[in-house]
Amino acid sequence: MNIIVCIKQVPNTTNVQIDAETGRLKREGVESIINPFDEYAIEEGVRLKERTGGKVIVVTMGPPQAESALREAISRGADEAVLVSDRAFGGADTLATSYALASAIKAIGDYGVIFCGKQATDGDTAQVGPGIAEMLNIPHVAYVKKIEAIDDKSIKVERMMEDGYDLIESPVPVLLTVVKEINNPRIASLKGKMAAKKAVIKTFTATAINADAQKIGLNGSPTQVMKIFTPPQRAGGEKFSGEPAVVAKSLVDKLSETGVI
Amino acid sequence: MVMEYFLSEEEQMMVETARTIAIEKMKPMREHYDEKEEFPWEMVKEFAQADLCGLYIPEAYGGMGFGIMGLVLVVEELCKVDGAVALSIACTALGTLPIIIAGNEAQKKKYLPDIASGKKLAAFGLTEAGAGSDATGMTTTAVKDGDYYVLNGTKCFITNGGDAETYTVFAKTNPSRGARGISCFILEKGMPGFEFGKKEKKMGIRASSTRELIFNNCRVHKDQLLGKEGHGLMIAQATLDSSRPGVASQALGIAAGALDEAVDYARKRVQFGQAIASFQGIQHMLADMATKVEAARALLYASSRMIDVATNKLTKEPEKRTSKESAMAKLYCSEVAMEVTTNAVQIFGGYGYSREYPVEKMMRDAKITTIYEGTSQIQKNEIALNLIKESAAKTK
Repeated sequence: MNIIVCIKQVPNTTNVQIDAETGRLKREGVESIINPFDEYAIEEGVRLKERTGGKVIVVTMGPPQAESALREAISRGADEAVLVSDRAFGGADTLATSYALASAIKAIGDYGVIFCGKQATDGDTAQVGPGIAEMLNIPHVAYVKKIEAIDDKSIKVERMMEDGYDLIESPVPVLLTVVKEINNPRIASLKGKMAAKKAVIKTFTATAINADAQKIGLNGSPTQVMKIFTPPQRAGGEKFSGEPAVVAKSLVDKLSETGVI
Repeated sequence: MVMEYFLSEEEQMMVETARTIAIEKMKPMREHYDEKEEFPWEMVKEFAQADLCGLYIPEAYGGMGFGIMGLVLVVEELCKVDGAVALSIACTALGTLPIIIAGNEAQKKKYLPDIASGKKLAAFGLTEAGAGSDATGMTTTAVKDGDYYVLNGTKCFITNGGDAETYTVFAKTNPSRGARGISCFILEKGMPGFEFGKKEKKMGIRASSTRELIFNNCRVHKDQLLGKEGHGLMIAQATLDSSRPGVASQALGIAAGALDEAVDYARKRVQFGQAIASFQGIQHMLADMATKVEAARALLYASSRMIDVATNKLTKEPEKRTSKESAMAKLYCSEVAMEVTTNAVQIFGGYGYSREYPVEKMMRDAKITTIYEGTSQIQKNEIALNLIKESAAKTK
């Protein structure tokens, strides 16, 4: 039973520029890193492999330079890497991306658990992981913070909620998206780095994975970005200063005046 | 910026790996381990996971086969952040080298893989209360009794003592033969008659454990004898020829770390309305520190490469000893470490003397490097002795 980890290469900055024309992220000239949440997915995949055996196959969709993200995943313990790359995939939204990745995963076959980070730090949609599960017609659990138990047929996980966690049992194969609480990713080992250097990365084109041309790239993307804008920052509000007793009175007066109390 | 030393791609990867661990894992724990004087097992796990424990161990025995240079590069990088925590693996190298140098095939196969994987740590037991610089003054004895040797005596100041699993221990098998009456044995923690004494309270390297090894009728099978009976001191000397760069790299790392801290602080600290880095008095101190650190590094790398060539990365006996060169590297790096860390504290002023800042720890940690594995004075003896021998050989 193999473990698949889906990762995404994202710009290493929180200050991403947006193309005013297309409304898309400007990726040129920005250092690329593995989406931070995907690092937890890689680590959990490797830990699961250490527990149950099998191989960890890391998959990404992206341009040829996304290969560096795959090599880094190998240095952190993944065994094999697949780059889903074709001009035809360009311009994909989350639906078309989910379809392309699901098609690639079908082509790989033989998998038990698929890991994704809970979301990517560039788009922040959290849609692709569950999207892949739907396309593969397998169950998924999002926001997983712990794998309690696993065997050939089922898995028991803790799903993080705002007010605690849910304990969920699911049949296997399953797709899990993970939160950062799940583990503490290891540092790439020396042997891992040496393996990553030598690794042969497989490239899957659209035809290689029998992808329907109408479901990939721009054609397969119903999402249209109408406008991207920065919401106005919240105004500073009113500040009261002076003696505590005076400030307290002014505050109560103001709150009464505005009908809050 | 480090000067260009034309490191191989693999060597660069080692440095990178060590740097990531030092910054991400060791730095946040630095004060904790120093203050609690706790053995850094969590960090040892990190070193093991990152494949940093067996760099110098030949590939045939589970190591990476990168020789002394591999050890030196990684220890330097780790010690830039914490010179005490890194000692757990640096000193394991000292305890392991006798096995690499003098062990037979069975001994190497039995002990080296677990050390290479980081599963076990090692220690080196030579020093005694009355036998420091003069190892021949040791009183620990190993008396033959059938297939066994019976060890009695006490070793002191043993780094990793109590925490290591594997010990290379020196004892007199023939007290009447002096330097030729000493033998080396491999001991394991938990053997009957092998106990640990008090843990030393030290000025620096507090995250490293230093204990006595006490032998009370400890029976050691003859299969645990390293090399031949009476060859112990030669094994110790050959070990030190290769191990001194390890201490030198610890010293260099501490010095380089202190230099970085000092430059950074001097740029930020404002007095008389300007950064103290703008004062020539400070600039000249920093310039001297940086030049000495770089000179130390160049000497250390050169001597380490020389050892690796002479021993084919610790896979063969050298045709020519490297005692002088390794002693020079150890002497210079450790003296530079003391000077640079002292000046770093000076540049930090009152804050440098405070435990709130890392440089006082660096100064405390640096001091040991001029003392253990041969004091600076002993290194000078070694260097001078070799100079005289080389000159005498020429004029024969």
